[in-house]
Amino acid sequence: MLTDSMKSLFRTLPSSTVPHVTIQFDGAPHSVPAGISVAAALLVSGVQRFRATPTSGAARAPYCMMGVCFECLVEIDGLPNQQSCLANVREGMQIRSQEGARVLCAAAQCGSSAHGA
Amino acid sequence: MKAVDVVVIGGGLVGTAIAYGLSRCVQRVLVLDEGDQALRASRGNFGLVWVQGKGTGLSPYATWTRTSASLWPTLAEDLFAQTDINVQLRQPGGFHLCFSDAEMAARNASLETLRESLGGDYPYVMLDHAEVKAKLPALGPEVVGASYSPMDGHVNPLKLLRALHTASQLRQVQILTGTRAERIESAAGGFTIHTSSGSYSAARVVLAAGLANRTLAEQIGLNVPVGPNRGQVLVGERVRRLLDYPTTYIRQTDEGTIQIGDSHEDVGFDDGTTTDVLASIAQRGIRSFPMLAQLKLVRVWGALRVLSLDGFPIYQESGLYPGAFVATCHSGVTLAAAHALRLAPWIAGGAPPAGIEHFSSERFRTYQPTSNHAH
Repeated sequence: MLTDSMKSLFRTLPSSTVPHVTIQFDGAPHSVPAGISVAAALLVSGVQRFRATPTSGAARAPYCMMGVCFECLVEIDGLPNQQSCLANVREGMQIRSQEGARVLCAAAQCGSSAHGA
Repeated sequence: MKAVDVVVIGGGLVGTAIAYGLSRCVQRVLVLDEGDQALRASRGNFGLVWVQGKGTGLSPYATWTRTSASLWPTLAEDLFAQTDINVQLRQPGGFHLCFSDAEMAARNASLETLRESLGGDYPYVMLDHAEVKAKLPALGPEVVGASYSPMDGHVNPLKLLRALHTASQLRQVQILTGTRAERIESAAGGFTIHTSSGSYSAARVVLAAGLANRTLAEQIGLNVPVGPNRGQVLVGERVRRLLDYPTTYIRQTDEGTIQIGDSHEDVGFDDGTTTDVLASIAQRGIRSFPMLAQLKLVRVWGALRVLSLDGFPIYQESGLYPGAFVATCHSGVTLAAAHALRLAPWIAGGAPPAGIEHFSSERFRTYQPTSNHAH
């Protein structure tokens, strides 16, 4: 079985000596360099499927990496449809794949995770 | 010089709906499309197929609009059969939300006047908050009620434009993009149209060039007083189905995005956006459906409506130059079916559609300004 780092198309530069933080993607922990974007962190961790589209359910991953294409949407700390290329990793960040369209909730229900709703 | 039966000037929703309709009647149709530097109201509109509220002050416009809405399922089916593009027509009826008793009363009075002008055949009801909420559960507490009409609906306007282009081309219509019509000359047996890239001759010519109709029409002896009116629109992320019905200012598209409009601004040819207007549109959206406060916006834009002096369409054949027509309106989506299936056969040489004489620009000879272009 391939390890995460072997599956990844990307690697961090060998000279990199920055501290690492631990994030979770769909429940699995990943140690990634601090200060990079969530999209970069997931790519370097070997994640290839960030979300499923609302219209066809097809798998998607980042495309533009600069905030334009909206292909890299994930749920971050309970907030759905976040552009992972525009958010930086933080220690303990909980990330989940964005499965289809998000659900808008009535005010009373807000604050809890919308995942799986 | 290339010779065709009809040249259509304008490759937007109006021009291509007419060209598509013409392709069912005549052999050789050529569309001259200015290209992507054009103002393109067809790419900025809201996507409603809307009837209620239209036609105050000119009841034939209400009839024409309703005719088009009735023909829309035929158009959508034909386009799908020919192109495999589903324009996502939905006609479940539509709501116009009101925020006070005074607004409710004014809305009812205005629709009642329309109904009377049409001899009573004009289905709509006024609904209170609870009745609207039963149909639109996301409704906010500030909404007092709404008018509802089963005549209304919506489509995906970008898919519509693409379907009209594709269907026209499949039916041998030639669409020249990047070709701006500059001068129309009356010639033996028809017209010569000089463009930025060559000249074309045609037995008939149709001006469907939106805001450019104003100057082009002078060359065929017609007065077409149209000008720009800006609308700003917001579109949000895709969300799980929230709205089963379109409303005048807020709708959920077939693919789940939420579209929120709009403004009516007299700012010349500036199709930009302004923060204050976008903010007030967003605030009205949140008052209508408070959940929209969570909605992430994806894009905002401004687009220029093509408004005549009284807000109603202008359809006319030139008296001076028979065979030269103008077709201009600000509801290219709603009226697409009437343009393809009723207007085009007339332009091709058939009988004029019933009531078309009401849309002649002759009416502006005695025109007194009022505002009739709202929904």
